Amino acid sequence: MKVSYFPGCTLKTKAKELDAYARKCAEVLGVTLEEIEDWQCCGGVFSTSRDEVATKLSSVRALKAANDKEQPLVTVCSACHNVIKQTNHQVQTDAEFADKVNRYMAPEAPYSGETAVYHYLEMLRDLVGFDKIKEKVVNPQTGKKIAAYYGCLLLRPNKVMQMDDPENPSIIEDFIRAIGAQPVIYASRNECCGGYVTMESPELAKKKSNAVTGNAAAAGAEMMVTACPLCRYNLVKNGSEIPVVYFTELLAEALGVKEDTNA
Amino acid sequence: MHNKNQYLQEELLRTSGVNPKKCMRCGKCSATCPAYDEMEYHPHQFVNMVESGDIEPLLNSKSLYRCLSCFACIDRCPRGVEPAKLVEAVRLAAIRKQGANHLKADDVPAMLDDDIPQQALVSAFRKYAK
Ligand code: SF4
Ligand code: SF4
Ligand code: SF4
Ligand code: SF4
Repeated sequence: MKVSYFPGCTLKTKAKELDAYARKCAEVLGVTLEEIEDWQCCGGVFSTSRDEVATKLSSVRALKAANDKEQPLVTVCSACHNVIKQTNHQVQTDAEFADKVNRYMAPEAPYSGETAVYHYLEMLRDLVGFDKIKEKVVNPQTGKKIAAYYGCLLLRPNKVMQMDDPENPSIIEDFIRAIGAQPVIYASRNECCGGYVTMESPELAKKKSNAVTGNAAAAGAEMMVTACPLCRYNLVKNGSEIPVVYFTELLAEALGVKEDTNA
Repeated sequence: MHNKNQYLQEELLRTSGVNPKKCMRCGKCSATCPAYDEMEYHPHQFVNMVESGDIEPLLNSKSLYRCLSCFACIDRCPRGVEPAKLVEAVRLAAIRKQGANHLKADDVPAMLDDDIPQQALVSAFRKYAK
């Protein structure tokens, strides 16, 4: 199976491990990630304002590129996924916005939101299947107690993201089980870590991230997994007492491809 | 009713798509807001103050830059009012004014460290500058 892949700028710089492991693991699972040519940064945050048009064009171009190849579009970074999926939804539901972006881009055929957008975790669940992953695990992460950190961007707004139950999600816990480890449930797993104000208000970011990591540690977790470079940076910088790793790193370990990935 | 901010009010409602009349003043949005302690005006107040045309205090409030864009108030409002969309609309109205950028490029180097992801920078510029 081939899918279009939008790595995003952070995966090309500060989160190279996230990218390298994602590609390697997908190959093992029979999926080829075809990087979109000339993709541009999505901007990192979706503006809900209907008159913000130009800032969303990079997302529409990526969506259109996937559509031209008749492929779903897969992203790994939670923020890219959130921005691209919300932009796609706006193209589908806001005719004035769709008209404006198509006038800007002047494509041969207008883009009207046809592309299916998957986060890598959804790709694992819906296109590969957690059962298939279980079969491919050569190095089960037995005994590891892992707290899934969803944060905000994977789940909200639920009306658009439609990934999981936003108040009681299970996709990352199911992933943790598939690689042989033990998920730890804790209250703050879908609460915000304050990542977006890490520059604007470091104190607020610290308070929010400590609440999350403290809660996970108190629930008995020995590590946390996330899909978002900003969450990870924020949680680690503010002194998480337990390690915070990308889910793709654990997947690579479980599938036995971590060593040959030169991240 | 006299409303000196009528034009701005219409603009905010149009670009946000929010209908403040749906709000039943239950306060759930503010109760769930992770930035509550840091905001002088809370999400339900954005809804109520825009509705009444009392917009100037919001435009000048640091609350605009404390909202975490976590979308919790959007998901948890029982009436589908989606307050964060109004916060974003007011924030844009504030920073789109000439010279009103909240984040200036010259200030950025001092905020950086070796590990900060691009995402933090680009999203800060999207949220705080035009
Ligand atoms: S979310 Fe972040 S990493 Fe992803 S492209 Fe956008 S800004 Fe870059
Ligand atoms: S970085 Fe933190 S603030 Fe941002 S989405 Fe992730 S959880 Fe929420
Ligand atoms: S949660 Fe919704 S209905 Fe309740 S106060 Fe906030 S905006 Fe109004
Ligand atoms: S989006 Fe902003 S206003 Fe709404 S709950 Fe999150 S921080 Fe509070």
